[in-house]
Amino acid sequence: MLAGAAAIFGLVMILLVFSFRRNKNSGEEEGQIRVWIIGLGLAFPALVLGALLAYGLVVGERLLPRDGVNLVQVSAQARRWEWRFTYADAPALETTGVLHIPAGRPVDIAITTADVIHSFWVPRLAGKLDAIPGHTNTLRLEADAPGTYQGVSAEFSGAGYDAFAFQVVVHDESDWAAFLQGQPE
Amino acid sequence: MRALERHRKLTAIWASETGFKGWFSTVNHNDLGRMFLFTAFFFFIIGGLLAMLIRVQLATPNSAFAGPEIYNQIFTMHGTVMMFLFAIPTFEGLAIYLLPKLLGTRDLAFPRLTAYGFWCYAFGGTMLIVAMLFGIAPDGGWFMYPPLSSAIHSPGINADFWLIGITFVEISAIAAAVEITVSVLKYRAPGMSLEKMPIFAWYALITALMILTGFPPLILGSVLLELERAFGLPFFQADLGGDSLLWQHLFWLFGHPEVYIIFLPAAGVISTVLPVMCRTTLLGYGWIVSAALALAFLSFGLWVHHMFTTGIPHLGLAFFSAASTLVAVPTGVQIFAWIGTMWKGRPELHLPMLHILGFFVTFVIGGLTGVMVAVVPFDWQAHDTAFITAHLHYVLFGGFVFPIFAGIYYWLPHFTGRQQFFRLGELAFALVFVGFHVTFLAMHWVGLLGQRRRISGYTPEDGWSVINLISSVGSFILAIGIAMILIDVLLHIFTARRSCRNPWNATTLEWAMITPAPAYTFASLPLISCRDPLGREPALATALARGEGYLGVPREGLRETLAVDSASGRPEMHVLYPANTRLPIVMSAVTGLFFLSLLLKFYWTVPLALVGVIILAWRWVWSLGLRDDPAMQPVGHDLTLPSAATAERAPGWWGSVFLLTANGTFFGALLFGFAFLWTVAPGWPPPVWFKPSVLEFALGVAGAVIAPLAMRRAIRKNRAGDTPFSNVLIALFGIAVLGITCAALMMRAPAPTSHAYGATLLVLGGYGLFHATVAALMSGFLATQMRLGFTSAKRRAAFPIVALWVKYASITGLIILSAAHLPGMLS
Ligand code: HEM
Ligand SMILES: [Cu+2]
Repeated sequence: MLAGAAAIFGLVMILLVFSFRRNKNSGEEEGQIRVWIIGLGLAFPALVLGALLAYGLVVGERLLPRDGVNLVQVSAQARRWEWRFTYADAPALETTGVLHIPAGRPVDIAITTADVIHSFWVPRLAGKLDAIPGHTNTLRLEADAPGTYQGVSAEFSGAGYDAFAFQVVVHDESDWAAFLQGQPE
Repeated sequence: MRALERHRKLTAIWASETGFKGWFSTVNHNDLGRMFLFTAFFFFIIGGLLAMLIRVQLATPNSAFAGPEIYNQIFTMHGTVMMFLFAIPTFEGLAIYLLPKLLGTRDLAFPRLTAYGFWCYAFGGTMLIVAMLFGIAPDGGWFMYPPLSSAIHSPGINADFWLIGITFVEISAIAAAVEITVSVLKYRAPGMSLEKMPIFAWYALITALMILTGFPPLILGSVLLELERAFGLPFFQADLGGDSLLWQHLFWLFGHPEVYIIFLPAAGVISTVLPVMCRTTLLGYGWIVSAALALAFLSFGLWVHHMFTTGIPHLGLAFFSAASTLVAVPTGVQIFAWIGTMWKGRPELHLPMLHILGFFVTFVIGGLTGVMVAVVPFDWQAHDTAFITAHLHYVLFGGFVFPIFAGIYYWLPHFTGRQQFFRLGELAFALVFVGFHVTFLAMHWVGLLGQRRRISGYTPEDGWSVINLISSVGSFILAIGIAMILIDVLLHIFTARRSCRNPWNATTLEWAMITPAPAYTFASLPLISCRDPLGREPALATALARGEGYLGVPREGLRETLAVDSASGRPEMHVLYPANTRLPIVMSAVTGLFFLSLLLKFYWTVPLALVGVIILAWRWVWSLGLRDDPAMQPVGHDLTLPSAATAERAPGWWGSVFLLTANGTFFGALLFGFAFLWTVAPGWPPPVWFKPSVLEFALGVAGAVIAPLAMRRAIRKNRAGDTPFSNVLIALFGIAVLGITCAALMMRAPAPTSHAYGATLLVLGGYGLFHATVAALMSGFLATQMRLGFTSAKRRAAFPIVALWVKYASITGLIILSAAHLPGMLS
């Protein structure tokens, strides 16, 4: 995407620079309109954008929640300025500030809020999704490898917003089982 | 009569009072345009200083410069000041100053309204700045999302300043938009048909229409949020049947078109200035007009792309993503038409041209990153990071500030009658250009590294320190550059040497006059037969000064002009403007009292202010009445025209049509909100439904049907020579009945503070009551005029205007009553 954008930018700049040449042979107004407006103004963006749009939709499609096998369900509730996570597989368990999930399995995170709008964002795992009062939004993500990932709330929420972050700990299979048993770490 | 004598006579008729007292009573577009621009740049400096504070704060990690409480006010005010107090008013000021001159007429359609708009803007803006000086400025971000901005989470008065101050400023924008629309459509030189209009007029017209349809949703949102904050009507509270998403819809329904409302006037400046800089004409005039129109339409279908992360259904995402990329096509048409213009001509690197080149570089990058964030998966990563802030500045600074600087340098000789002397401008441009790109390229970068927007600090471990420092250094270079431009302009105003009349060799009409522009603009009005009148007839200016055009003979104390048929530009009526008056400033002060009372919760002064507004408005229109039938007016060249007071569609009628367009959008947004809450909000159905009443409904419907019919009858009888006093009274009666049923709806709305359903019914009823009251007052006004002999078969202009408002109140009243009563009756 970046390369394409750079190419288009380069093209426009070259056209600008060349317009300062003295001996241009530009021809009739009719022809100019055909080249500049219909060709470069209409057809060119339409083509580029069509391609880009198709790409975006296809990729977007892949990121959407689908009926996964082996699905893990967790809930994330935000409040100023703390995230609380609960787990469908272990109803008694609640963690604050740290979300635990297993590696290699699709996870559905049901995102809600107890006060204002927040946004759940773990840059290395998925795009962001908002927590909106009265609504539940579901984010599907899948972590390939165990480890610790940083997450932040990405919707302005007042004075404590700067430090409003959380962590996602991704476990391998045995750790995950242990965690659900109530012995985290 | 000699040219000089004509100049003296006309100046005596049109000039404002001398000295600073003149500012308060002037209604002349020359003065008001300059006052608008001056005030807007004053706010630009404030917004710029706030930007510097932001960059100081972010320059180093763990900055101790301002705590989050203060920092949140700083960036909220920066965004708010720039968008509402700088960008939009700059457009208004430029359009107000230029349009009559470009269109070959003497003033805008409603001079007193221009003044009223200016004072509303000045007072509303002052309210916000005063709040900031006291440290109680809004702090919820420039889009003020509830519930963060609701009473529970923002208990102070800060948010109220935003909601009320901005609404006040928006009223001014609506006033200016009505003014601009009617002026472009009706107030042009004879012969200037639509396709002979200068391109800037097209852009101004389209922008004004967008303001009329884009701003009402935000005004509605602000009214609802303020009602929630002040009286506990829960429109945005999820547990009481409201939904905070409704605010996001209303806000972005305004916010996205806003971006184009800012860009289009700038594009108008480019389309005007660029061909002159290239010694040629604009390539593809018709294409550009169509592209701008397409952009205007499309921009109303895009607002959801600001809400991609709110959990919008997938199909919705696909649709709005497609629409958002589509909008790049008409933008592309304009860009390439401009580059084509450059190829067609011989570009010369004067100062305005430098800024246009700055525009090209910056705006194209902004457009490309914009297309990137329209791709949904990318937006999910970039949303709410510094990448977005950087993108938005490329679009706003590139798409607005650079073109406006180009315009300022281009028209400066027109404002002052002087010629550029110092060469500070070139250096200043270089600093601005370099500073801007350093600042915001760095912000793109740090955004991709994950820095969120609106944070007041970060830690060294984040690894953003160096980039932020670079960005802050860039912003100071930028600030020095802007300061130099302002100094350059001031030096120009006070010291430069006199310039010749048309320094750029432009072909548009504004250069066919002495500079600085005289209060009356044209000594006589030209007859237009092509798009570049000065190009075809370089001596036009002297011919007009010699009185060879229309209305070349000044008449004692009369500010005269012509209005034309919208499409063909055929002269249609003779218009007399009102003279200098303090009515507008007094009226906007009383309007301000109304808003201030709401803000400070002095509720007993609210009705006082309302009565004050009514009395002043009454005086305002009353002064237009005529005791005797006006004669046909000779306007020169053997042409006589009827007076506007005898027109079926007088300027006031046109103004009403466009005011009601804005009003209808407001009403439509309100209905949308009702439907949205009903179908999407959690917490429905409400615990109690409204009890429908067949009697109330039937009475209201009867009133709403009788009133417009009676008005129609009144128009017919008046035309036939009768005095239809009784018909107007019947209309008044019908409207009053409608108003009473709306009041009953308000009284019986179930528990408005405990569920959004009742709250919305209350607001709907209030809307109906308000418009019934306005229509009733207007009917009463007309009846009084008739009694005292101010109307006749000829002096009929007031009838269709009142009929229009009566019809509007009836239709909206019918919809309101149906929305409240019918669901219960049918089930
Ligand atoms: C004069 C140079 C300018 C500089 C250095 C500057 C700098 C900034 C910075 C650093 C932010 C980010 C605040 C944050 O998210 O932490 C910001 C936000 C913003 N700026 Fe500017 N800006 C400038 C001019 C403008 C102009 C001309 C406009 C509009 C016409 C504008 C509109 C905005 C808006 C709408 C925001 C978002 C505020 C919010 O998040 O609520 N800025 N600006
Ligand atoms: Cu947008």
